[in-house]
Amino acid sequence: MNVHAVKAIYLFEMARTWRTLLQSVVSPVISTALYFIVFGSAIGGHMAPIDGVAYGAFIVPGLIMLTLLTQSISNAAFGIYFPRFVGTIYEVLSAPISYVEIVLGYVGAAATKSVMLGIIILATSTFFVDVKVLHPVWMVSFLVLTAVTFSLFGFIIGIWADGFEKLQMIPLLIVTPLTFLGGSFYSIDMLPPFWRSVTLFNPVVYLVSGFRWSFFGVSDVNIGISLGMTLVFLLACLVAVWWIFRTGYRLKS
Amino acid sequence: MQPILRVENLSKVYEGGFTALKDVSLELNQGEIFALLGPNGAGKTTLISIVCGLVNPSAGKVEVAGHDIITDYRAARALIGLVPQELKTDSFESVWATVAFSRGLFGKKRDDARIERVLRDLSLWDKKDNKIMTLSGGMKRRVLIAKALAHEPRILFLDEPTAGVDVELRRDMWRLVRQLSDEGVTIILTTHYLEEAEEMADRIGVIRKGELMLVEEKTALMRQFGQKRLTIHLAAPLGTIPSAFAGHNLTLSADGRDLVLVYGTGQGSAPVSDLLRGLAMAGIAYHDLETHQSSLEDIFVDLMRENA
Repeated sequence: MNVHAVKAIYLFEMARTWRTLLQSVVSPVISTALYFIVFGSAIGGHMAPIDGVAYGAFIVPGLIMLTLLTQSISNAAFGIYFPRFVGTIYEVLSAPISYVEIVLGYVGAAATKSVMLGIIILATSTFFVDVKVLHPVWMVSFLVLTAVTFSLFGFIIGIWADGFEKLQMIPLLIVTPLTFLGGSFYSIDMLPPFWRSVTLFNPVVYLVSGFRWSFFGVSDVNIGISLGMTLVFLLACLVAVWWIFRTGYRLKS
Repeated sequence: MQPILRVENLSKVYEGGFTALKDVSLELNQGEIFALLGPNGAGKTTLISIVCGLVNPSAGKVEVAGHDIITDYRAARALIGLVPQELKTDSFESVWATVAFSRGLFGKKRDDARIERVLRDLSLWDKKDNKIMTLSGGMKRRVLIAKALAHEPRILFLDEPTAGVDVELRRDMWRLVRQLSDEGVTIILTTHYLEEAEEMADRIGVIRKGELMLVEEKTALMRQFGQKRLTIHLAAPLGTIPSAFAGHNLTLSADGRDLVLVYGTGQGSAPVSDLLRGLAMAGIAYHDLETHQSSLEDIFVDLMRENA
């Protein structure tokens, strides 16, 4: 394993985070704090508890997941798309480094940033609502697994995109709606039976549900199914990345 | 001695059906400076890109110091440095950070002294903390060279390195290339400035429409394909070339005042001394002589024209 190369890519990507601290960290934290103020404190005060959990606290896992998903995708997508866009990808592709190591560097950095954000948002939430974590190991596991999975997904988008519009298209038009409709702000048990069945086709439901279970011990779907679906998506992303590098799709002619 | 680079029957056909390389074979030795010449679209960049791992070959084999570029790509690529044709840089990074990144990427552990030396050699030391976006085009070119040298490669590809750079930088680069060659680094240079190849290269390769037309020692190439032209300014005009000089490749100017002898550089000075002796014997006086030797550019243009 070319450890120096993985470290070089990882540190290079992390350096971009510190250089763009306002965009990378402060901005999502402010957005999430606004969600807490509006949904948690202002509206949440008038909402009945869900599954015995105060509404303000109930939305914490969903909000963290919302940030985790969007940031993982955008960080990883931008991380690999930008060198493709400016042409500096030639250096990575001509280096004595395997595809696994390239993915480790880029996806590792993107996932690290997302996990950091998730933790910061969790810490921020404690200023607004009373949050307890019943299963901290599971919470961290879901956090890391989701960050890695969606960073891989972002990496795929960054390879696929041939313009900035495409880079934004999937996060904005698909992932954000799926997250909002995936039970981030409500329990899917609150939906009519038909829409509840439809919602079960949304993979984000399983992520939010599993993550929420690690906080409060309550979930919309079985924790095992949540974990299984997350692993299935992770596997699908790994297969797609393997195919990209095997064929050289959008990287080599 | 084992060649540092061996290319065997290399071909590349792109997806659209365009054939960029046709059965190219080439061997380069350690420490030599090789100039690869050819018109735009001849296949120079494709050849470099395949060796560096940026483009997949359609057929053939490439070895770097005995390491296959596909089955043993780690060992092969670790020996290669590439300076691309276009100025592809990380605009927001500092010079130091981007050069250090390149060293790490190629599997070398951090070595600040090495990076300092490279930056000083390229007159970039006082710019080490500057963001690349603030540098001029010439300075960015230096940064690309510094990145390619950061991991101490044994082969350095310079793809049009002096395109659009000023005379001072060009001379700096020539000096650096010679220094690297002296240290045993093999340099493969593509350039449109043929005087640069003439000045620098030990061997010349000419590629056209994906085919390597010739690979020759520069001096042998100049001798084989080069011509000399001797112009004799006569004291009195001649009506025709005297029959005694029929064996010489002579032409007479329209006004009869200049005799022009064209001969190959491989013939030495014999044609000149023969002609001058003959002129003296025939009593033809002259008041001046002028010689011109064809440059690599002339040879290149002739080769391209002959094979058009």
